[in-house]
Amino acid sequence: MIAIIDYRAGNLQSVLRAVEHLGHDVAITDEPDVIRTAERVVFPGVGAAGSTMENLRRLGLDAVLRDEVFPAGTPMLGICIGIQIVFERSEEDDAECLGILPGRVRRFAGGPGLKVPQIGWNRVRVERPHPLFDGVPDGSHFYFVNSYFPEPADDSLVYARSSYGEPFACVVGERNLVATQFHLEKSGPTGLKMLDNFCRWDGSTAGPAGS
Amino acid sequence: MLTKRIIPCLDVRAGKVTKGVRFEGNVDVGDPVRMAREYYEQGADEIVFYDITASNERRDIFIDVVRAVAREIFIPFSVGGGLRSPDDLRRVLLAGAEKVSIDSGAVRNPRLIADGARAFGNQCIVLSMQVKQVEPTEGTPSGYEIVIDGGRTYTGLDAIEWAKRGEEMGAGELCVNSIDRDGTTEGFDIELTRRMAEAVGIPVIASGGGGTPAHLAEVFTEGRADAAILASILHYGEYTIAEIKQDLNAVGVEVRLT
Repeated sequence: MIAIIDYRAGNLQSVLRAVEHLGHDVAITDEPDVIRTAERVVFPGVGAAGSTMENLRRLGLDAVLRDEVFPAGTPMLGICIGIQIVFERSEEDDAECLGILPGRVRRFAGGPGLKVPQIGWNRVRVERPHPLFDGVPDGSHFYFVNSYFPEPADDSLVYARSSYGEPFACVVGERNLVATQFHLEKSGPTGLKMLDNFCRWDGSTAGPAGS
Repeated sequence: MLTKRIIPCLDVRAGKVTKGVRFEGNVDVGDPVRMAREYYEQGADEIVFYDITASNERRDIFIDVVRAVAREIFIPFSVGGGLRSPDDLRRVLLAGAEKVSIDSGAVRNPRLIADGARAFGNQCIVLSMQVKQVEPTEGTPSGYEIVIDGGRTYTGLDAIEWAKRGEEMGAGELCVNSIDRDGTTEGFDIELTRRMAEAVGIPVIASGGGGTPAHLAEVFTEGRADAAILASILHYGEYTIAEIKQDLNAVGVEVRLT
């Protein structure tokens, strides 16, 4: 079973519908025991870093994700706010995050023609192969809604980048964890293909960081 | 950079997609779920549904349509028509819409924009407006006036001023429909679209009059639109979205090709 973590963020239902459409067994849950025993874990959503982390702590799920699910090797997928909270700290609400990956989350500078939040389809350039990209052409467009973006401390964590005034990491990962800044569940057939790849991924082939 | 978006618009009445010219003489053109899936497969970047059901008792049929669409298409879609309260917004968002499109409801109660933005986020509040060209007056110096009730009621609001107010109150996007062009396929009102894009900092969606790929290229370049709505030419099969995007790509407009 694939567990979608309910940490009171928006947009959980659309991820649920997409995974169901792909024919996988999936449920939305906030129960630590269900999350510990799930085959795969997805933490999607739209929300602010501060309130998202508060909710995770209140539900006791921050430790479950960081200290149990990640070390156990369970395939994990973060989407949108989910890519941001795996880093150490976010500029948004000056929030302390999970710290699974080294790095921080910054706000777009914006500027003429660069509205913040970024809302729309942007091109994604693959930097290193990952099982999630199987059958996904390099340079495909994906749907983004974000004001903040991750800045990993180590380039070896970056699998793909996009550009919005400046280049930014939009797919990151280490071992059994992978995360996307764009919405796989709203990015048409290409997004569904990546989501399906995750639902079939055993979490073991990404290789250790730096490989 | 973000691509320019092509957004098919489905006007839904009593569970069927319908289309008229300048809001009159509507004829049924198909099933909304089937049409949404077809446009999704053609490469639509987003879809917008307007509930133009006249009476309230048919609202449930429309919500069922929204739910069915959410299970079939995996791109963002917005829903408008008859949204008057935060509860109305909540209902369509819970049914699976990504964004809500507020039109007459915002003219009658401007607080709906601010309340909606606070409750659900600016990114999901689209201020939609029906605009008619008029003689410039003191009240409508731009020569563009907001009309409501399917174009029947003049509000006295200047369209450019209303757009600026909408942005201040928290609208995340602006959808500008020229009633004079609606359903005509004679081309977008480029002047209106450009003036809107210069007046606000949020994305502008042009609507009304799109009939050819050349019209779209024009509204994306000279009109400075971020997105454009199409209805008639898609519904009647004159072009597919894929064909339109190929043409736009060929003249250097960045679009998402699938």
